[in-house]
Amino acid sequence: MKSAVVLVPGLNRDRDMIAALTKVSGHAPATLWQTETTLPEGLDLIVIPGGFSFGDYLRCGAIAARMPVMRAVADAAKRGVTVLGVCNGFQILVEAGMLPGALMRNTSLKFVCREVKLQVANANTAFTRQYAPNQIIRCPVAHHDGNYFAEPEELARLEGEGQVVFRYAEGTNPNGSINDIAGIMNASGNVLGLMPHPENLIESAHGGDDGRGIFESVLAKAA
Amino acid sequence: MIKARVTVTLKNGVLDPQGKAIEGALGTLGFSGVAGVRQGKVFDLEVEGTDSAKAEADIKQMCERLLANTVIENYSISMS
Repeated sequence: MKSAVVLVPGLNRDRDMIAALTKVSGHAPATLWQTETTLPEGLDLIVIPGGFSFGDYLRCGAIAARMPVMRAVADAAKRGVTVLGVCNGFQILVEAGMLPGALMRNTSLKFVCREVKLQVANANTAFTRQYAPNQIIRCPVAHHDGNYFAEPEELARLEGEGQVVFRYAEGTNPNGSINDIAGIMNASGNVLGLMPHPENLIESAHGGDDGRGIFESVLAKAA
Repeated sequence: MIKARVTVTLKNGVLDPQGKAIEGALGTLGFSGVAGVRQGKVFDLEVEGTDSAKAEADIKQMCERLLANTVIENYSISMS
């Protein structure tokens, strides 16, 4: 699998993501600096990691979403390249208009850093085929603005089309997200954004490997 | 130089947890009767040139493309 990780000032989960991609796929990902306008040939996966791009100024992800590299990522997504955004990466995808809705301040107004339970709400996607339908997995979260919001019509469409991929389960919704939404994909099914951090639960040294299935699903598709 | 003020507010129906917290804090200070608080943002812009109509059209584009997230926010432009 040929992958790449987007780098923008203020992102801080890039190393974890690079380590996870290297461990799961056996190949180190390329890195894409924010000013790049052309991407390496033959990419199977582009990942936008978590962090606090541009200090979360204006709105989380708003400024990173307008950087040149994101135009290249959007073009690649239109060509069918798989794109994954985690945490701030999810916020960047939403701000870039590559995913619908918005991510707002947690209803608790507190930064949450803990483990939650996720339900695999759609196991028939490029990102979740290694999981069973409705499987409950563990996953860490760490964010201040993960409260997903979409207009009622948009929300109904997302639910109806199976674009809600992950939902907080067993009462662990940490942020007030509508319909307990933790992760959504685009209509074409090749762009996924999620607030939790699967890259931090991929091996026994992490205390579990529940997050590994996302990377293995993408790897299986690329193979 | 043309000056303008852009005000960005959350749309009706979008929960504003920060506004709610501020409303609670006002109550704690003894201000009774505050029925609601919605937090927003203000941007003061200085635009080069003298064509106010063009500047306003440009600022509208700035609002649409960056200053506001129109999924959850409304904006208004006041030219001075």
